[in-house]
Amino acid sequence: MVNPMQIPSTGLAAGVEGAVLKADVRDLDFYYGAFHALKRVSMPIHDHMVTALIGPSGCGKSTLLRCFNRMHDLYPGNKYAGGGIVFYPDNTNLLAPDVDPIEVRMRISMVFQKPNPFPKSIYENVAYSLRVRGMRNKNELDDRVESALKGAALWNEVSNRLKELGANLSGGQQQRLCIARALASDPEIILFDEPTSALDPIATASIEELIIELKEKVTILIVTHNMQQAARISDYTAYMYLGEMVEFGVTDQIFIKPQKKATEDYITGRFG
Amino acid sequence: MMKAADLDAIRAIITRAKRWDLIFSVLGILSLMLGILTFVVLFIDMAIQGVPRLSYDFFTSFPSRRAENAGILSAWVGTILVMLVTALSAVPLGVAAGVYLEEYAPKNWMTDIIEINISNLAGIPSIVYGLLALGLFVYYFGFGQSILTAGLTLALLILPVIIVATREAIRAIPQSIHEGSYACGATTWQTVSDHILPYSSAGILTGVIIGMARAIGETAPIITIGALTFIAFLPTPPFAGDPPAGMFDWIFAPFTVMPIQMFNWTSRPEAAFTLNAAAAGFVLVFMTLAMNGLAIYLRYQLRKNIKW
Repeated sequence: MVNPMQIPSTGLAAGVEGAVLKADVRDLDFYYGAFHALKRVSMPIHDHMVTALIGPSGCGKSTLLRCFNRMHDLYPGNKYAGGGIVFYPDNTNLLAPDVDPIEVRMRISMVFQKPNPFPKSIYENVAYSLRVRGMRNKNELDDRVESALKGAALWNEVSNRLKELGANLSGGQQQRLCIARALASDPEIILFDEPTSALDPIATASIEELIIELKEKVTILIVTHNMQQAARISDYTAYMYLGEMVEFGVTDQIFIKPQKKATEDYITGRFG
Repeated sequence: MMKAADLDAIRAIITRAKRWDLIFSVLGILSLMLGILTFVVLFIDMAIQGVPRLSYDFFTSFPSRRAENAGILSAWVGTILVMLVTALSAVPLGVAAGVYLEEYAPKNWMTDIIEINISNLAGIPSIVYGLLALGLFVYYFGFGQSILTAGLTLALLILPVIIVATREAIRAIPQSIHEGSYACGATTWQTVSDHILPYSSAGILTGVIIGMARAIGETAPIITIGALTFIAFLPTPPFAGDPPAGMFDWIFAPFTVMPIQMFNWTSRPEAAFTLNAAAAGFVLVFMTLAMNGLAIYLRYQLRKNIKW
């Protein structure tokens, strides 16, 4: 893997006023076995902003998202084949072989498509990301669990039933529980992989509202199938197709005045 | 609007198609009955012969040359002790191997070969394990014809069952839970000890009990390693006797087990011994059923709090 300093910058960093770079994907190539899933993908991620990845199924948006917390390392045959993701402020290449994927996952947490609470209590679900970090102090755990649940707008609904199983909650509540779990460890980025695709419209609205609030605390990268969702909640949008980054830009610009014909066709529904 | 004639035709087609449902369910019930009835008839026959022989004395007496005085004390104590050694050695080994193969082992041709061979091991005739144990445990390690040898032999025998059950129980855990744990920053061991083992324990337990139920009835390998068929003493309890025994001296004691006791009695010419064998068989079946019952109860308890 290349040293971050040797990977040329994307030059895409400009955009919203006052935006600071949090991560920079540079010429990233990724393979599932022989399948070339990401082809020289480049895009910047801005600090405390919501960046949305859109595109038709199989375009590589989830694949790109899962590079950020090295989820691909869990399965054999996956290969980061060139380029990297430079992480700021420490200027580390997240995909470098000498960077421990566990360290990456401790800094960048993830919320999955289908709510996946552990078959443990509500409390233990949130506390788990603290326990793996060695936190044992009961008072400290209590405080952090409470503030994570408040941050995920779930505290009022569960404060008197923390010992109940997470699976007893409704779908939307389960997803907010998973957000609380991702939030508890105070990550630098939270990755959302189509977090509302398994939820009804009301639960979806509450998650969207939450994501907008969360960017005060954390940088957000979200994959979504729903273009309206991307338009509603994101500051930046990236449109991907067949493993390539077609267009990246400020969300308003992408949706109102896309630079590329392909982006316009997708957004207006003429394709995909 | 559909014409009546069409509707009649459709109904005729449905009736014809449904005939196969009827034929198959009749066949299914017959196959089921064949299995269940055979067992029920055998069990009732054994109960009719054996139950009158069951008494307090039958459980507390050693075998004897006189059928009416003979009991199964040494056999049931032997069976329980051998099962204890089997469980204590096979469960940790089997679960560790299963967890390793699922969570740690690199996926390559070597693990593929190991995988295929674990399934093959489960199909090896048990007497082969007996021969292996005779050479390895009895002579090479010098454990003698002891409870330890028998327990380890049966542990080898059921190891593949436990490994396969462990792997299947782990695979039943959704990938999303697995990824959720790693996404929190957990190491593989944290994922295993905090999630994989707790959530798969019900399935593992089922496999363990199935293995133990098989082991409890095994006769051939136990005969091969030289279990005694007539034994009129019990292993020394820990710290008993003069000079006092050590904590684990009993594992080197000679022993017999229930199926061997039964086998011994059925080979006697006197009819009275056959009744003893039936009574012992009844107890053995009861022990197996009790183990299965316990497994079902524990599984229910463990699964109560596991919802995906």
